[in-house]
Formats: sequence, structure tokens, C-alpha cells
Amino acid sequence: MAQTPGSEARTGLKLISPTAIYVILLLAVPLATVLIYSVMTGGRGIVAFPLTFENYAQLWSKSVYGYIMFKSLMVALAVTFITVMLAYPVAYFVSFHVKPERKSLWLFLITIPFWTSYIIRVSLWFVILGYDGLLDKALMALGIMDSQLNFASYGIPAIIFVLAHAYAPFAVLPIFVSLEKVDRSLLEAGQDLGESRWVTFLRVTLPLSMPGVIAAALIVFIPTVGDYVTPKLVGDGKEPMIANFIETQLLRLQNMPQGSAFAVASMLMVGIVSVIFVLLNRRFLGGSK
Amino acid sequence: MKRAPILRGFTLFYLLFLYSPILLLPIFAFNESKVMAFPLQGFTLTWFVEMASDQNLRNAAKNSLIIALSVATLSTVLGIFAARASVRYRFPGKAPLMSMIMLPLVLPEMIVAMALLVVLLSLNIPLSLFTVILGQVLICTPFAVAILTSAFQSLDRSLEEAALDLGETPWSTFRLIILPLVMPGIMASFLICFTISFDEFIIANFLGSGQPILSVYIFGQFRFPAKVPSMLALGTVLVCFSIILLGFAEYMRRRGIAKAGGKDSGGFL
Repeated sequence: MAQTPGSEARTGLKLISPTAIYVILLLAVPLATVLIYSVMTGGRGIVAFPLTFENYAQLWSKSVYGYIMFKSLMVALAVTFITVMLAYPVAYFVSFHVKPERKSLWLFLITIPFWTSYIIRVSLWFVILGYDGLLDKALMALGIMDSQLNFASYGIPAIIFVLAHAYAPFAVLPIFVSLEKVDRSLLEAGQDLGESRWVTFLRVTLPLSMPGVIAAALIVFIPTVGDYVTPKLVGDGKEPMIANFIETQLLRLQNMPQGSAFAVASMLMVGIVSVIFVLLNRRFLGGSK
Repeated sequence: MKRAPILRGFTLFYLLFLYSPILLLPIFAFNESKVMAFPLQGFTLTWFVEMASDQNLRNAAKNSLIIALSVATLSTVLGIFAARASVRYRFPGKAPLMSMIMLPLVLPEMIVAMALLVVLLSLNIPLSLFTVILGQVLICTPFAVAILTSAFQSLDRSLEEAALDLGETPWSTFRLIILPLVMPGIMASFLICFTISFDEFIIANFLGSGQPILSVYIFGQFRFPAKVPSMLALGTVLVCFSIILLGFAEYMRRRGIAKAGGKDSGGFL
């Protein structure tokens, strides 16, 4: 059964068609709809012609939209920075200081918390950090505080803390994978040539593991910038982020065009930041070669 | 291996940080007191009994099971098609189609949910468990494709060619040779998709029209302090459940790699 290129293409297309059709109908079409809604007029559950860029002009002129996006961006970047900084030494330890046959066990231990109910983890933090929760009780029993701290009501810092915990394991794996690829003989060469271990790390290991760091940053950044549960629970819902705001616009206010425009703008922002991450990575690779 | 006491200490501390809320679950689920506080009051199974007799919770759990089983099955089947096509065949439009399929990995979930919701509402399709399944399959399929792609990649193509030369049809080759070899990958994909779906909140909340679904139910209950202990009991059960599932998925994945004669290259994802 020799296959000609034409029949190979046909078989391939036939094989992928169920998945492709599903994704086109349920993802591409809805995304396109949102894109079209975002340039339509209307409000309170209706969309109408004529087409307009008014919704985008609104995003630009009303400061609340910009504020929500800026806040979400800052929260997500802070969470990304914290998780990556914490994950790097852990990934380094597992890659360089754990026996090869024990590595999967360590990785498994690190990933288990990620697979256990996200809702329960976040809700638990809400109970622990909330008013008169476990943290308040502990602080008061130890005499550090004489009244409830109620950290969960601290808005943005509490959101950052809980998100950094929720997405921590995401960051370890990509960094670990890139560290595993670092050629160990390069490190020996560096040290043979008289570099200290620290300088070898800075000049060899760190640049070579940068792709993993960027991948980790992206993997953490994208879900955190769109997180819905944490801002809703922690911080008493007083600090809405993008996802909460989309909910308000589309479901509470039923403002389809404006909500769609906001969703498209948020997607664009996420896209732009992701591209910047990727470009940074390319620059890094280019510089080290 | 060089010893690195500081790094080791840091890693252990990091693990403790990761596990801290989860470790509190069983401690307080078996505790007599209604509030989460030390010192512990005494051992009790009350909260587990209360959890088991909560009719709403049982409904929600039943719905979640229906959703998760359907989502895991559908995503894995769709994943098999896409992974097999992308690993084995070259065809026009492969790159854009594959990126479209993998797109939900890099889109905030809220956007996927809202885009779908907008379309469903404008087509007047009533929200139900079915619409939740439709949405969650989108989220889970990329994971299935990723797992299954590595399963198909580790296949030796000459086995397939040998079967075809010996007179098997493409379909019987797939059924008799390829399917058994990628079976561990299929199982792993099914279990991972099941876990993701069972845990998923945003789509369950917005596309579910207020039907009781476990993740949504848990989210609501944590606001009532009186309900917290039975939620801790539920959490304990769920954590044990997902650790067992994951252990099983990891075992399947390793057996699959061993079967195909490959080398272990770390965990999934």
C-alpha cells in the first residue's frame, strides 16, 4: 500500500476532520462572533447595526476599563515573577541534585497539589486567611497581633498570594525540562577553565535554561490574568479582574457589544504580552549563540 | 550527586507551602469543632456523615460524574483523531488546524466560556449539562492531544507497515496493532481529562444554568461558615480520589513508554 502524497493528504484531513470541525464550530465561530459583536451597537441584551468603533473608543476614554486591565496585568506579572523565582531553585535542585531514578517521584510530588481541586484550594485560603480564620487565630495566640488581621480582605496582595500558590507547580516543569537539556560537560568545561560555580551558573546554565523560564512565565501568566475565582472569593470581590469584569458587562449589564470589545481588548493584551515574552526569549537565544 | 543543603531545604519548604492547605483538609475534617482552629477538639466522623446525607451534594456529584465521564470520553476520542493525523500524516492546513485545536491552552478560560455563551444565547439554545460538556471538551482536548501525540510518536512505524504488508486493512492494522500500543496513552488522556473536567469551575458555572455541579456547589458552600466542616470532609475525599486517579494515570503512562521501548522523560504536561 504505497501512499501517494495526494492520498496521504486526504487521509490526514479525513482523520483530523472530526476534531477540526468541533473546534471550528465551538471555538472559531464563537470567537468570530465576539469579534463582530464588538463593533456593533446596542445594549441590554441586543446587538444591532450599524457597525461602529464606538465600543473601542469607550474602552480608551473611560478609565475604569484601562484600570481593570492594568490591574489584572500587574497582578498577573507579579504572580508570574514570584512563581518563577520560587520555582527556579526547585527545578534546579531536582535536575542537578536528585538521582535520575528519583526525579519522576519528585516531579510527581510537586504536581499533585496542582491536580487537586482548584476550587477547594482557593476556598481553603479564603477560610485560612479570612476574618478570624486560622491565620488570625494563630497570630493572636502567638501574641503577634492583638486583633484580627483579616489578610483576605487586603485585596490585591491577598489575590497575588493565593494565585501564586495556586499556579506554583505550573512553573517548575518547563524550567526542569530546559535544565535537563543543559549539557553537563559545558559546566565542567567552565569550571576547568577556572570559573567559579556561581559564574558558571550565570554564564552557562542560566542562559541555556531561559527558554524554560519563558515557557514557565507564559504558562503562569495566561491563566492568572484571566482568573475568575480568586478575585471573586479573596479580597471580598472588591478587586475585580478581567474575567470578573467581563461577567459584569456581558451577564449583569447585558451589554454585549461593550463586553465583547472588552473581551477582545483583553485577548489582545494577553496576546501582546505573550509575544513580548517569546521575543525576549528569541533575543536571549540569539545573544547566547 | 553533590549535596546541596540550602537548595534541598528550600525545595522541602516549597513543597510544604504547596501542600499546606491540602494537609489542613484531613486534620480539620476529622475535628469535632465547627471552626477551623487549633487545638483540635477530638476525633469525629460527623462531617463525613453530614456530607454523605446532603441530597444537593449528591445530586451535584452525580451531575459532575456524568459531565466528567462524557467530557473525558469525547476529548480522548477527538484527541486520538487529531494526534494520529498530526503525527502520521502530512496534509495542507495542518499547522493552522492544530493551533486552532491547541488554542484553548493559551486563551483565558473566561473568554472561551463567554464566547460560547454569547453564541448559545443568541441561538436560543437552553443551557444544560450538555452545554457544559460541549464547553469543557474544548478545554480538555488540547491536553488529550498533547498526551496522545507523545504516545503516537513513540510508535514504531515499521510495525504498522509490516501489518499492512501481511494483508491487514488500514482499519484492522489500527485496531490490532496501533490501538493496543497506544492504549496506556489513551487511558492517561482519559484520566487527565476526567480530572480537569471534574475540577473545572468557569464553564460549569456559566454554561450550566444553575444546575448543581460539584465545583460550583463547593464554591457556593464555602461562604457559609456552618457548611465549611462538611466541605472539608468532601475535600478530603476528593483529594484522595484524585491522588489515586493520578497515580493510576502515571502508572499507565510509564507502562506505555516501557511497552513502546522508550525512555522515561519526566511526568505529563
